Amino acid sequence: MATPVISTGQSSKVFVPLEIHDLTVAYSKRPVLYGIDLEVPQGSMVGVVGPNGAGKSTLIRAIMDLLPVASGWIQVFGKPFKKSVTRVGYVPQRESVDWDFPVNALDVVLMGRYGRLGPLRRPSKIDKEIAMACLEKVKMHPYATRQISNLSGGQQQRVFLARALAQESDLYLMDEPFAGVDAATEAAIIEILRDLQNQGKTLIVVHHDLTTAPDYFDRILLLNMRVVAFGLTKDVFTFENLQTAYGGRLSILSEVALSRAQKKLEGDTHENISE
Amino acid sequence: MRDQFLPAFSFQNAIIEPWSLYFDSTIWIVTMGFLVAATCGLIGCFIILRRMALVGDAISHSLLPGITLAFLLTNSRDTLPMMIGAIAAGVVTVALIEAIRQSSRIKPDAAIGIVFSSLFAIGVVLISAYADTVDLDAECVLYGEIGWIPLEDRIVLGGHEIGPLPVIRMAVIGLIALGLLLTFYKELLVTSFDAGLAASLGINPGRYQYGLTLFLSVVIVSSFESVGVILVIAMLIFPGATSMLLTDRLPRILWLSAGFSGLYGLLGFHLATWLDASIAGGMTVVAGIIFTLVWILAPKRGLLVKFVFKSHSKGARTSSIETQAG
Repeated sequence: MATPVISTGQSSKVFVPLEIHDLTVAYSKRPVLYGIDLEVPQGSMVGVVGPNGAGKSTLIRAIMDLLPVASGWIQVFGKPFKKSVTRVGYVPQRESVDWDFPVNALDVVLMGRYGRLGPLRRPSKIDKEIAMACLEKVKMHPYATRQISNLSGGQQQRVFLARALAQESDLYLMDEPFAGVDAATEAAIIEILRDLQNQGKTLIVVHHDLTTAPDYFDRILLLNMRVVAFGLTKDVFTFENLQTAYGGRLSILSEVALSRAQKKLEGDTHENISE
Repeated sequence: MRDQFLPAFSFQNAIIEPWSLYFDSTIWIVTMGFLVAATCGLIGCFIILRRMALVGDAISHSLLPGITLAFLLTNSRDTLPMMIGAIAAGVVTVALIEAIRQSSRIKPDAAIGIVFSSLFAIGVVLISAYADTVDLDAECVLYGEIGWIPLEDRIVLGGHEIGPLPVIRMAVIGLIALGLLLTFYKELLVTSFDAGLAASLGINPGRYQYGLTLFLSVVIVSSFESVGVILVIAMLIFPGATSMLLTDRLPRILWLSAGFSGLYGLLGFHLATWLDASIAGGMTVVAGIIFTLVWILAPKRGLLVKFVFKSHSKGARTSSIETQAG
């Protein structure tokens, strides 16, 4: 196979990082996602929010071409996913891998470089340096040679994040990167995500904490098998929309949290106006 | 019946004589044992990490109808038809397991049990009905015997005799396994650890799963002559499993597996010589003993270390358990 022409920066300006048109995904004929239309602008940080079973992870997996698509199409930077793989970074759910696997933190981060290496090539010294730098960004470099089962949940999540950084992608898909991590790790992760966004990267993050969602993301995708709402957080994160997405399942606790979050959001908007 | 249950151990008979009097057969038998264990062990490391150990067991059993059919169709014991029959059986096994799992509520372990036992039974019926009296001996297929591999056929390369055909063949397959493993190391690593990430990197996990399964069939069929379809699973699992108790770095696990395989070949041969028993059986017993020793005595994670560490940290409570146990 001939080496594909390396895409210049121009294509990212012409094509949005992610465009989904009339997507339906079904597990044994039972639709899990249907009629999904989505256009994610470059440089946005999208929180994917919705109740359990809403198809949040399914959407991520469908974007990565891991699931058969019943109808519709997905384009990543104007191309099918398979032609844009090196531009997509992925952080899977932490429970999706076996942490007893005989590798250390650095090995895991190095895996992020494999997509760029292509077949038959082994990670070079430069790849190792990049991997170490990524570990340093998540403050995990002292643990580089630690076997991954000897890391705490938060540390494991940071290693996954470092691996995504090592992919040096333009679009990041993250499946609940905040699940089961301590407060310090959560703060560290959000800082890194914002940093990525400031570099013009696009992030799509599955998130299930409604109290923090409006603080973290500038756009929200409210999902419940279909797109309930998608857009700027202040437009989408309304009580009506959330009630539509969650149905009767929105507990009183979440409602309280929501009203608090909304007040905070209004406060932010006022601040912005006053600026 | 033997005269005595345990023959007296004679260093002269069990250790010295095989090397002094029968060097030419001993060296090839021990080498063969090492090659079988090392090749199985190498691929076995990935089989264990992918939790495919049961699939390996299933494939090794389903080879029986595959090689029997190949034998009945071609009426020969040539390697090529047997290899094709065995690979076909391996593919059918994996496809059937997947089909049952996906189209019914039967869980994978039960699906594996259903598929391999029925295929194995077909093999038993075929052998006993049509092939028992001829060359294909059920006992040989089931248990194998390194001591019976034909050593007369010597491969000669450039005027130099390099070794008996079956040993050289196993060495070639072992080298191919090593070559493939080194070539596709990073792909095997990432598809084993995180299939989702692999896919996102453009590395198709299904393709490697399939390739590994196919090669597993090749390795099993080239080993069954020596160790049989039942003990081949021991050679697949013991080297990797024992190494994993000692280190948690994959490259070291792979090298250690090769080291253990050498021990199985050597010690298994001498155990079998001493007891006048099956060499494959001896190798597996040695593998079991080494595993048990490592499991108990491993420097970092052995039972003993854990026990001592525990009784140090939680003094009183553990010591009461100790007295109970004693």
